[in-house]
Amino acid sequence: MRLARVIGTVVATRRSAGLEGIKLLVVQPLDEDRRPTGRPEVAADATAQAGPGHLVFMVASREGAQALPERFVPVDLAITGLVDDVHIVEAARRGGPTASWRWGH
Amino acid sequence: MYLGRVIGSVVATIKISHLEGRRLLMVDRLDTDGRVTGAYDIAVDVVQAGPGDTVLVLDEGNGARQILGLDPGAVRAVIVGIVDEVALAADR
Repeated sequence: MRLARVIGTVVATRRSAGLEGIKLLVVQPLDEDRRPTGRPEVAADATAQAGPGHLVFMVASREGAQALPERFVPVDLAITGLVDDVHIVEAARRGGPTASWRWGH
Repeated sequence: MYLGRVIGSVVATIKISHLEGRRLLMVDRLDTDGRVTGAYDIAVDVVQAGPGDTVLVLDEGNGARQILGLDPGAVRAVIVGIVDEVALAADR
């Protein structure tokens, strides 16, 4: 799953079968420091509680459809949670590997 | 699967039922020198990994559903191992 900021909503009156009743939101993907990265995308809201301004995480590909009540739907990105807090441990990010890392085998 | 390093955690009260009671960790993908690359994933942890740990990450839905006992299950990334050693050929 990746972090994103909800930046808008989508209204589509004519939809393919399976997309009825699904809330669609425009999301801006974020890097691990919550800076925008890449282009905005449209995600289905599987929490039913997300809205513009919310920090969320989302799951992509076929697993996006599995987040929704009906699993066989034409969806490839879904919001699966509203983020309360992201805690980054800087020492863990900046340190060396904890595993033994050997070359020459 | 890929090698990553746990760099933090994510707390979310409102989430889909598949994630209830699961530990969600931020994992940064490693290069062949064991350095973080900035490419990350929020992964479900099933091996009690912690910050700094070098971990093995599964990134595929069917395997994730199998190990978490979910069907359907909207999860792809799962931390499935804590890595003790990586040994690489000198000539890559």
